[in-house]
Amino acid sequence: MKSESRLEKLLNAGHFAVTAELGPPKSSDSNIIKQKANILKGYVDAVNITDCQTAIVRMSSIAAASILVHLGLEPIAQMTCRDRNRIAIQSDLLGASALGVNNLLCLTGDHQKFGNHPESKNVFDLDSIQLLKTVKDMRDDKKFQCGEEITVEPRFFIGAAANPFADPFEYRAFRMGKKIKAGADFIQTQIVFNLDKFVKWMETVRELGLDKKAFILAGVAPIKSAWMAKYMKNKVAGMDVPDEIIARMEKAANPKEEGINICVDIINQLKEIKGISGVHIMAVEWEEAVPEIVEKSRLKE
Amino acid sequence: MIIASQKSVREIADNLTKHKRISVAGCGTCVAVCFAGGERESEILASALRMFFKLKSRKVEIRQQTVKRQCEWEFIEELKENIDWADIVVSTACGIGVQAVQKKYLPKRVLPGLNTSFMGMPTSPGVWKERCLGCGDCVLDETGGICPIARCAKNLLNGPCGGSQNGKCEISKDIDCAWQEIYDRLKVLGLLDSMNEIALPKNWSTSRDGGPRRIVREDVNT
Repeated sequence: MKSESRLEKLLNAGHFAVTAELGPPKSSDSNIIKQKANILKGYVDAVNITDCQTAIVRMSSIAAASILVHLGLEPIAQMTCRDRNRIAIQSDLLGASALGVNNLLCLTGDHQKFGNHPESKNVFDLDSIQLLKTVKDMRDDKKFQCGEEITVEPRFFIGAAANPFADPFEYRAFRMGKKIKAGADFIQTQIVFNLDKFVKWMETVRELGLDKKAFILAGVAPIKSAWMAKYMKNKVAGMDVPDEIIARMEKAANPKEEGINICVDIINQLKEIKGISGVHIMAVEWEEAVPEIVEKSRLKE
Repeated sequence: MIIASQKSVREIADNLTKHKRISVAGCGTCVAVCFAGGERESEILASALRMFFKLKSRKVEIRQQTVKRQCEWEFIEELKENIDWADIVVSTACGIGVQAVQKKYLPKRVLPGLNTSFMGMPTSPGVWKERCLGCGDCVLDETGGICPIARCAKNLLNGPCGGSQNGKCEISKDIDCAWQEIYDRLKVLGLLDSMNEIALPKNWSTSRDGGPRRIVREDVNT
């Protein structure tokens, strides 16, 4: 075991893992985190805590992750390169580990243009691959990025994101390979709606043997409405929502229910794909949907 | 070259509330080539200001003069007569020229007439694009001659982020994804394998992060 992570233990034991996402509040209200955590407790193996997702200021992911530790849930703190240089990143990693956070998802981060401070200066001192290597070197070589030694090293189970739907498509599996080489132990993918493309991507992943080198958790999400499906298709970069899903949402008498059903259908098909070790449910600001999705897709049996 | 764009006449005029003699100083190098602050543009600005003050019924005299470069002392010398005559100076050089003219002609005030934007080139008529950030540690040998520091919104060094789609950057459909361009270029060059190598954290100390930079050359420094 590389870390104290329960998620690592479960995945190593061959358990099909379920992770979900919890977005910290735009306030100092810890009760919101407790409420959301209570919804997820018992249904998921670990919970991603987003790091000012879409560049909107929210409670620190590490602080929120620490609250989850106290509640007995397993957090995966997300860390982006947008807002911190290598000094702040490593400092925060030491702190997160000291607070009992054992999983870390390393991301480049959404550009600040999308957020509520579009006039801010971005950092991007490191990119996600350099961040992965930094976290791995801290853990395995007990070294800071500068080469200095660490007496008590942060021991994270290290995650990375992969987007099979971004371009250039033929490079995407190789880029994930690069992330694994840099230090990723597990991968959480962009939301899968286009299964055909995902299956094609997974073929390359298996050809490269990457499913043997890291645990791959496929991203899924329930859609609330046809409007949301269209919005994701047209406005969110790197998302691929096929027309048949939009049509299904448009025809539905109860769109929310249909959104959950689509999500469950996709999970059931993902379970059959060789090399997939779990699913990551991204029910953004709709945590209530997670228990239903987990039950309907029989992920906790 | 250095690319700049003009400030609005109103923004410039807002700083000229009580002045009676204004000298507009143009620069004949980079900002002339990008049609922002050369002979022609500084003359147009002078005319626009004359018109602006006329409409306000303010009696203001404006002179205009363009020198070859405002970033070298010997050329700035030529501005002396018109600057001594004026109450205030508007320079349509880049930020370097404004600073040089201001330092040379203290205590006269020198205001910027342009927003200095980037180092780049025209890519089609009326369009200029950024090409270099002057980071001081060139990586063009590794990226097929396309700079990810200047042309990727996140300065990435290890390939396109998840927001790259249809060759465009996630922040705008008008911006090409630099890493898609690098990928395509490396393919043409037969160097695609380098996309699988991990580029280590960049040394930013040669960039602006090391403080204002200078280059000293003993062979020239006599």
